Amino acid sequence: MIFAGIDIGSITAKAAIIKDNQLISTHVLFTGYNTLTASQKVFEELLSKVNISKNEVKTIISTGYGRNSVDFADKALTEIICHGAGAHFLNPEIRGIIDVGGQDSKAILLDNNGKVTNFSMNDKCAAGTGRFLEVMARALELDLDLLGEISLKADTPANISSICTVFAESEVISMIAKQEKRENIIAGIHESAAARIATLAAKIKIQEPVMMTGGVAKNIGMVKALENRLKCQILVTDSAQENGAIGAAVLASTL
Amino acid sequence: MNDKVVEKEKQKITSAKKMRDIMTTYYIDAMSAKENNKLVAWITSGGPVEPLIAMDIIPVYPENHGAMIGSSKMGEDLCMKAEDMGYSNDLCSYARTDISCAIVKGGPIGGLPEPDMLICCNNICGTVLKWYEIQARFFNVPLFIFDTPVCHTEFSPEIAKYVRTQIDEYIAFLEKVTKKSFDHDKMAEVGKISYQGQLLWQKVLNTTANRPSPMTAFDAFFFLALIVTLRGTMIAVDFYKELLLEMKERIKNGISIVPNEKYRLLWDNLPIWYQLKWLSSKFSDHDACLVADTYTSAWCSSLKYIDENDFLNSIAEGYTRIYLNIGVDQMADQVIEMIKFYNIDGFVMHSNRSCKPYSFGQLDIKRIVESKANIPVLMIEADMTDPRAFSQSQVETRIDAFMEIINQGK
Repeated sequence: MIFAGIDIGSITAKAAIIKDNQLISTHVLFTGYNTLTASQKVFEELLSKVNISKNEVKTIISTGYGRNSVDFADKALTEIICHGAGAHFLNPEIRGIIDVGGQDSKAILLDNNGKVTNFSMNDKCAAGTGRFLEVMARALELDLDLLGEISLKADTPANISSICTVFAESEVISMIAKQEKRENIIAGIHESAAARIATLAAKIKIQEPVMMTGGVAKNIGMVKALENRLKCQILVTDSAQENGAIGAAVLASTL
Repeated sequence: MNDKVVEKEKQKITSAKKMRDIMTTYYIDAMSAKENNKLVAWITSGGPVEPLIAMDIIPVYPENHGAMIGSSKMGEDLCMKAEDMGYSNDLCSYARTDISCAIVKGGPIGGLPEPDMLICCNNICGTVLKWYEIQARFFNVPLFIFDTPVCHTEFSPEIAKYVRTQIDEYIAFLEKVTKKSFDHDKMAEVGKISYQGQLLWQKVLNTTANRPSPMTAFDAFFFLALIVTLRGTMIAVDFYKELLLEMKERIKNGISIVPNEKYRLLWDNLPIWYQLKWLSSKFSDHDACLVADTYTSAWCSSLKYIDENDFLNSIAEGYTRIYLNIGVDQMADQVIEMIKFYNIDGFVMHSNRSCKPYSFGQLDIKRIVESKANIPVLMIEADMTDPRAFSQSQVETRIDAFMEIINQGK
């Protein structure tokens, strides 16, 4: 039996296919302006990649902020439940999840059965989200994917005191003007975002083992900064960005 | 009419129309007070209104007006006008809309009738002190401040004496402003009527313990207006008698307000006035009914301290020990009691940017409820009147995830 999950985030669209309780493949695209087109495209490209036809997919669950626009899905569920199911599927030991996506950051608690027992989300503010890092990368004229590696070379992380993304960007610009080392600025940006996310984790008293999911988990500098803040090891899988879609596919198999 | 329309009509609460008519009449009376040689007093929502009724003064509530402004989605514009005047956007949105409305005469009813006096009781918050001082200067009218110290644990003899003394001062103030002497017999009568009204309001709220619930907290937010504005009058008593009958009738006939009530939720803090419809259908889509809330019950929760036969002496305690003027542990106890009484599956807390005394302490209450009542608790950030503090897609994801968690646990 084949099941699919589609996660429409604010920046990327993700899809995952599960067959006989095994993860077959995943796919990621930029969401762009039209969420429905993005969901169709990411799903169709994934299907052709693994050579499966639409008719073979028994159930589809959509998730992410664009979940309700995926009109061909059988059901829409929030990314909170889906990230929980995805993390539990990949590692049943996981009790805490830090999910940092484009516009949201969340901390999620799981019980032994992978059920979500509590969660906390960022307020109406981009600090501590992927969008925050994107704005900073632009200010530093760097590719977003390079932030993590470069930050590891920092000797003294810069102190970014502003909570607000817009003010933090001005701080970064003034640091650039003072010729502060780029790696130190980036490490400071990561620490600032990690501080915000750690508050969400503290609110629900996050439990180990902790897994980080969402696109930002690909940034090794962010993962390290969060490990320092939370004083615990954080597990990251190769499919961290697609974890929500995987979870949606897992939940589709239980419908 | 098709079946769906008939079904929807059946679900409607018929007393709503009568209530709207009563409120219209109330505001017309207040607006035409001057022509009828009557005095108008502006009073805070938790203030002791009964002596005003006994003196035949028309009480007007800026907070009820704030709710009307919020419901008619006029809050943003009026808040911004207050900000243009120099008031911070951190100030309560009821205060901001009231202050700007007094000048521009905006809002759904073109502003409130001008006051002849102001009565400010700080049992609901500290903001009202400065807010009423500003309005007293603006309208150049006398202001009476009724100071109720916070009862963190107990109503001490010192507090009792201090508050009781102010009731005499309050009466002296009213006698001075109206140039009439206070009628204690009438006061005793008004006290009994007020008590009766609050008792009936409590009974109306209690009907939602029935499964399925005959009304939601969204309805209670609406029906609340009378116990706030016409407390101490027979209008409120007669209306709540009728409403109670209608609720009992609905229970008897098995008419529920949410078509397939599956989950029962408790709401904390003021309503998000400009999003009532969206929130109501959002919860209803999840087969969830907001059966009760900590807000509307504030107008009857301290009834146990009031003696209807010794009204003036007992309201010192009654008005001091209201929900917003007690300690966090006592608030949590009340919430847990409500969770048991109404058979609640989940607790929704509105962290209200405007209302500091209501929102401060919510995280502690959340923790206490999670551990003692063992039910999921959701916190949503918003503001009662200012829509700029509300983000629909953020709130939607939180509500959806919260309902998924409750569903998982069932």
